[in-house]
Amino acid sequence: MSAPLYGLLLTGGRSRRMQRDKLGLEYAGQPQLARAMALLEPLVERSFVSVRADQLEEPLRAAYAHITDILPEQGPIGGIHAALCAQPQAAWLVLAGDLPFLDAATLQQLIAARAPHRLATAFRSSHDGKPEPLCAIFEPASRAPIEAWIGAGKRCPREFLGQADVELLTLRAAHALDNINTAAEYSQARGQLEARAPASGNGAGGTVVAPKRKLKIQYFALLREQAGRSEETITSGAADARALYAELSAARGLQLRPEQLRVAINEAFADWSQPLAEGDTVVFLPPVAGG
Amino acid sequence: MSTFRFSSVALETAALRAELTGPGCGAYAAFEGWVRDHNEGQRVTRLDYEAYAPLAAREGERVVAEAISRFGLHGALCVHRIGALALGEIAVWVGTSAPHRDEAFRACRYIIDEVKHRLPIWKKEYYENGDSGWVNCERCSAAVADAGADAAPRAAHESHGHGHAHGPRR
Repeated sequence: MSAPLYGLLLTGGRSRRMQRDKLGLEYAGQPQLARAMALLEPLVERSFVSVRADQLEEPLRAAYAHITDILPEQGPIGGIHAALCAQPQAAWLVLAGDLPFLDAATLQQLIAARAPHRLATAFRSSHDGKPEPLCAIFEPASRAPIEAWIGAGKRCPREFLGQADVELLTLRAAHALDNINTAAEYSQARGQLEARAPASGNGAGGTVVAPKRKLKIQYFALLREQAGRSEETITSGAADARALYAELSAARGLQLRPEQLRVAINEAFADWSQPLAEGDTVVFLPPVAGG
Repeated sequence: MSTFRFSSVALETAALRAELTGPGCGAYAAFEGWVRDHNEGQRVTRLDYEAYAPLAAREGERVVAEAISRFGLHGALCVHRIGALALGEIAVWVGTSAPHRDEAFRACRYIIDEVKHRLPIWKKEYYENGDSGWVNCERCSAAVADAGADAAPRAAHESHGHGHAHGPRR
């Protein structure tokens, strides 16, 4: 039996060329950290952010379970090593924090091709053909060789995979793993992603899917009876309350029409078009009848 | 104490009234909405009230604060029942106190009207024939289905009035 698959988002980088935290860079209004975690969470059993000890209080990161580097200043391989030590029974789907074009289809391709009997499963870079270490699955057995690698004073995870027993895949979406390092690259990537966002975003062949968010839905009165529950937590790609109601009314058989309802987000009245954010609580309010 | 509250037990109106007294007050007005035995031609046997409490309480406090500043009240308070209610029980209570009666009367009316229209509170009626229904929801759906623009009833004065906060309005 293969080891359970956990997810690890590497967020400990210094972003020296960008000169600001890459995980806080926003695309279509959502920080990269939340986008990446929303992609990862539905595909793995548990997910974590990999942080430096001095990042524990940082608000973006503090919203998620974390794994702190054991060996400081080792770069990404240090984060991978800390995860393999913290949960030695698990295999780790490791993601870099600066992959704005990454999509669910690419992660699904990686997971489907996972070879648990090898040390790792990774894509071949579409640029140089070498293994891409920062969108890859590391099996539990990779811990000892990684430790030896670090012990020998080496740090480059790409070189580690280059000499290890690795399942190598060809990337279907050639640019899904393009990373960004400079303000100019960010600006360009943001423009491309935001230009695509208004289209359904999920089309076959596209490299971008709508980011998924964890939302709490509460139901009252007639909608509670129709939904057969008073609340639920769901993961949805709906961008706003209008899209969310369309999704839920189909899934739960809700009979009231949106024109009859009002929306509350996080205990305040809201517009149907207010963008939804990770962790929002959404309530659709049937026609009221107090007094 | 908060100026808008929910209660799951019968209201003690004397204690509520006592919260509004003051030496400068020459007037006190109160409104009580009662559970009535009929609605829209049906015999009602009991009611359930349900609320999205955090939002309703905040909006209710906002309504009372508006009344206090608009009418220059000394004090104002509104309490709404939730849960199961029997015929004749007080479903909602509003009290206002002010130097003169006109402000007290008008503010009392303002508070109950706004509460009925703005707060996420729902009422389910149980009928003698065994049916039940959420007021303004089920009939609203029917009205929409019939495309009858005038089918939506107007707000009434009693506790069973059908205020449409956001039903189909043309």
